[in-house]
Amino acid sequence: MRAAGEWPGGGTGPPFSALPEENVEDLYDNAPCGYLSTSLDGTIAKINATLLRWLGYERDALVGRRSFSDLLTVGGRIYYETHFAPLLQMQGELGGVALELKTADGTRLPVLLTSAVKTGADGRPHSIRTMVFDAHDRRAYEQELLRAREEAELERDRVQRLARTLQQTLLPPALPEVPGMEVAAYYHPASLDQVGGDFYDLFPLSGNTWGFFLGDVSGKGENAAVVTSLIRYTLRGAAVYDPDPASVLAHLNTVLYQAHQGEYPRFCTVIYGNLRLDGAGAVMTVAGGGHTPALVLRADGTSSLLHLRGGQLVGALEEARFVVDEIRLEPGDAILLYTDGLTEARTGADRWYSEEDLRDDLSGLVPATAAVVIDAVNRLLESLGDGVEDDTALLAMSVPSQDGAGT
Amino acid sequence: MDVIARNNVVVTGNETGPTVLLAHGFGCDQNLWRLVVPLLAERHRVVLFDHVGAGRSDLSAWTAERYTSLEGYADDVLRICRELDLRDVVLVGHSVSAMIAVLAVNREPQWFAKLVLLTPSPCYVDDGDYRGGFSRADIDELLYSLESNYLGWSAAMAPVIMGNPGRPELGEELTNSFCRTDPVIARAFARTTFLSDNRADLTEVSVPTLVVQCARDAIAPREVGQFVHEQVRGSRLVTLDAVGHCPQLSDPGPTAEAITAFVGAH
Repeated sequence: MRAAGEWPGGGTGPPFSALPEENVEDLYDNAPCGYLSTSLDGTIAKINATLLRWLGYERDALVGRRSFSDLLTVGGRIYYETHFAPLLQMQGELGGVALELKTADGTRLPVLLTSAVKTGADGRPHSIRTMVFDAHDRRAYEQELLRAREEAELERDRVQRLARTLQQTLLPPALPEVPGMEVAAYYHPASLDQVGGDFYDLFPLSGNTWGFFLGDVSGKGENAAVVTSLIRYTLRGAAVYDPDPASVLAHLNTVLYQAHQGEYPRFCTVIYGNLRLDGAGAVMTVAGGGHTPALVLRADGTSSLLHLRGGQLVGALEEARFVVDEIRLEPGDAILLYTDGLTEARTGADRWYSEEDLRDDLSGLVPATAAVVIDAVNRLLESLGDGVEDDTALLAMSVPSQDGAGT
Repeated sequence: MDVIARNNVVVTGNETGPTVLLAHGFGCDQNLWRLVVPLLAERHRVVLFDHVGAGRSDLSAWTAERYTSLEGYADDVLRICRELDLRDVVLVGHSVSAMIAVLAVNREPQWFAKLVLLTPSPCYVDDGDYRGGFSRADIDELLYSLESNYLGWSAAMAPVIMGNPGRPELGEELTNSFCRTDPVIARAFARTTFLSDNRADLTEVSVPTLVVQCARDAIAPREVGQFVHEQVRGSRLVTLDAVGHCPQLSDPGPTAEAITAFVGAH
């Protein structure tokens, strides 16, 4: 084993005091970096031995004959002319620029350049001095970084695609046509990377009755997706078994409560309802499970929030009670179900969009057809922009007005 | 969005003089004109701007869709003319902006009195008998060069990109910031710049045109300048005794003189 300070084959070297005085010429020529001086137009005026050795050129082949940019790759030359040279002219110096030099045998030498404009006694630019550092290692490292970044971008695309696909499987591909009604839905994802926990559906039950629901699972991501999927098939199954909205929610509560194992809570807020066509209008029987109130838009432009009686968070308690309310839609009326991504959107430092804001913003909407309502809320979402921090699901149903508008 | 803020439009010089609109090229921003502006300002109203994606333009206004063709940039030039209600503009386009200027003038000639093409090239890639000076492989190499040099970019520029209204001076503190931009934008601009072919547009130019080239320019060689001069009907050609692609920096005096003489010529 070598003692500290010992060099292979050289013992400890001569004592410090015995080191020869460094010769300036030698310092320049055999520096551990390349040195290069050019005239302002780039013609090589002086070059050190280190750089000549790296490039494999004789001094005479370059000095006075070649321009610095001749040593660059063509792509590098464009970069040099469009970035490097203008910056050098504007700033007088420039450092850390990564370029490749072409050596005499055609191989590429990755380098880092630092240049400074030398001014003459008259204060005017006189020449350009450039230091050249071998950047093989750094370039290899950068290549790794670039590759890692590309991989990360690919991975991100893959995750987004997966999230989108999963999201689509949790929502009906298209709403069914309901004779005598107009229906429209929209899903606004807050994040491209994660599956949201909002859900809705509309489906035929029997004769002229349709079931519908819209709700929100706590959390997002894969756990929320699992619960959302469970909720969807439970609600649809329960509605076939006993379509009474309170029973449907009680059934869902039992399933979710029993499925609640481990650390992840499995509950949701939801509105479930049945829609029955009745004469010119429609009758809805609705039960709420702790969900934000639906918005009812009347033909005369008035709007109100439908606060449902009772109704607890579904899946949180073993014994939950749900109450059914009835609401009638006349021609020209509409109802909007939505999740709290909309009504909890941030509108200021300490301010959030509210249900009352929504009610006020949508009042006066005539005719309030399902499509018009969704469109209006979409514009609201756009105006709230980044304030919308959570996913938003929308489901609107309307009875066409009798004068034909909105059909 | 407000074009003035979006393109960081700056108006200076002699309000009563003829209007000279200076369009910077690929690589940097309006700072590239800094040495000729004082020379032009005495007798001309000088209008400067940054292309969207460059300098202090609004980077959020950049979309790949709009700015992957030179038409998007030309449209911005026209918007500036409309917004400032400029008349009889002498439009000076450097490098790729020479072709952006050609597209703008061809589309809405009513705004423009004259056109100055500074170190122009209508097509950088060789094509048959036409010698643009570069092969497709060369351009790919350039894109690679850009990539290598923008590695350190994100961390340094992120505060500016994200908007830092409390610290407007931040941009000035960043050395080399004149020539820095989002790597995605730089790459797209490089691609658009160096892969465009606007040779056919030259023959459509209907305003008096001056072509200014450098004696030695690695990006736009003399034969390309000659080609532009031959294609633009009635154009004049001035060859500056200059080296490089940016005579407005290396030789601001002769560059400004060429522009001034042409503005005043009948």
